[in-house]
Amino acid sequence: MTFMRRLYLLIFALYLIGPIVVITAVSFNEKRFLAFPPRGFSFRWYAEIFVASDWFNALLNSLMIALASATLAVLIAMPVAYTAWRYGLRYAKALFALGIAPFILPPVIMALGFLLLFTSAGMHGLLINVIIAHAIFLLALPLVTISLGLESVDKSLIEASQTMGASNAVVFRTVILPIAAPFAFAGFAFCFVLSLNEYIIALMTVGFTVETLPIKIFNALRYGYTPVIASIAVLFLLINIAVFSLIAKFSNLTRILGAQD
Amino acid sequence: MQQGSSFTRSLGLIPSSVMIGIFFFVPFVLILMTSVSVPSETGDYQLGFSMEHFERFATWFYIERALFSAGLCALIALLSLLIAYPFTYMLTQFGPRSQTLWLIYILAQLSLSEVLIAFSWQILLSRTGGIANILVMVGLAEKSFAMTPSAGAVLAALVYLAVPFSVLLLYPALSRLDKSLIEASRTLGASPLRTFFTVVMPVTRPAIISSGVTIFVLTLGAIIVPQVLGKPEHWTLSVLITDQAIFNFNMPFASALAVVLLALSASVIAVVTKFSGGK
Repeated sequence: MTFMRRLYLLIFALYLIGPIVVITAVSFNEKRFLAFPPRGFSFRWYAEIFVASDWFNALLNSLMIALASATLAVLIAMPVAYTAWRYGLRYAKALFALGIAPFILPPVIMALGFLLLFTSAGMHGLLINVIIAHAIFLLALPLVTISLGLESVDKSLIEASQTMGASNAVVFRTVILPIAAPFAFAGFAFCFVLSLNEYIIALMTVGFTVETLPIKIFNALRYGYTPVIASIAVLFLLINIAVFSLIAKFSNLTRILGAQD
Repeated sequence: MQQGSSFTRSLGLIPSSVMIGIFFFVPFVLILMTSVSVPSETGDYQLGFSMEHFERFATWFYIERALFSAGLCALIALLSLLIAYPFTYMLTQFGPRSQTLWLIYILAQLSLSEVLIAFSWQILLSRTGGIANILVMVGLAEKSFAMTPSAGAVLAALVYLAVPFSVLLLYPALSRLDKSLIEASRTLGASPLRTFFTVVMPVTRPAIISSGVTIFVLTLGAIIVPQVLGKPEHWTLSVLITDQAIFNFNMPFASALAVVLLALSASVIAVVTKFSGGK
């Protein structure tokens, strides 16, 4: 049995990592075509990301959008999660449910809705469009993580500090925020990474004026590709691993993902 | 007392309400309105009521596409659960440290966009890429060949895309599973395998069903994999919507297709919830 378990785990791990190994190998190819096993060894496709200005600009666009939309999502989510938890307001709970909804739908529906909204408002291809769209689409993540964090705040702490004369604002700043902050950070990080990799909403809201990395990669895939894509994939995987390791370091990853303490 | 009334508490919610209201609610209304709009004289479309876009959908070509999408996604949900469930069960029995490490990797994998997953499978299945070369090496194939575009390639890549999701969706239920149930079953003499099938799986049935539905809806939204790895006859509804909206500029028809996709997702969720006894 232990042998079967080990074998199964090994096959599962190989399955997950297989394509990554192939991409990584291809990214070190010397020649301008995609071959596996790779021919030769070079870092030129990594250098290309930073040397070729179009790839680098796309990377910068993606990073900027991801930072801005993750910040916006946390700012929208925080009061909703807080009011729903602290006062149990029915309105806040309804808003919470609405905020979760976009994430559950096939993204193409939200993408089309945003496209219709921004065209009828006369806002064509502005950078702010994709920032708002990503923030709304990914709002579910900070909502869930922040409310998980708030649930771990002991309500008797709040009562104690109120008895000592602290105002709501002071209670929020000194008691609640320090406990909830790591969870808010986790929500921010989830948004950041998913925004970085999101494709269809970005394409439909700004795709023809502001090029993000996933859009650029997809265009490259359709019209003859280069190994730069492979090196970018590796770069992205490293960014993702770094971000999630940070979450694991500063807050409780297994708990955020639904395990009990 | 210093606690404000519920009115003043609600004031703090205004900015969030405005954002959610405008950017979630309005897009939906716009999709619905556009899907029943009528053509204007300028060749554009204007407000009105007409079912012509839905009539265009109600032809065998589009119905077949919808059925294909639903069947493909159901198969993917099934396969990815079969792969992910035993793993997730084992994962929850690891120590906290190795659980965290595995989860970091799975999250990183999951956030690789569909674009990159499509790309990696394109290499894996190409003539110069991995799998075909391996088949030649072990003597299963005479010479290297390309395995794309094909329905199998679409299926393989989408299952790969769905597996990390399945793990994360099953994780809460399996990690909260009452360990004393397993111990009891073991003490009573059941083998680990028997315990797995007669205790663990029945107890987590609601989670299995809801994860399956979520993966179904998720893969229904896939856009790039079917385009890059499949032939046009493997395109799903989501691809057709994108195609109509971006390349044909036919917003009313794209909206009608989006309404169909929405209805399809919603009805699958409703039916499954009803038959699984609700949750």
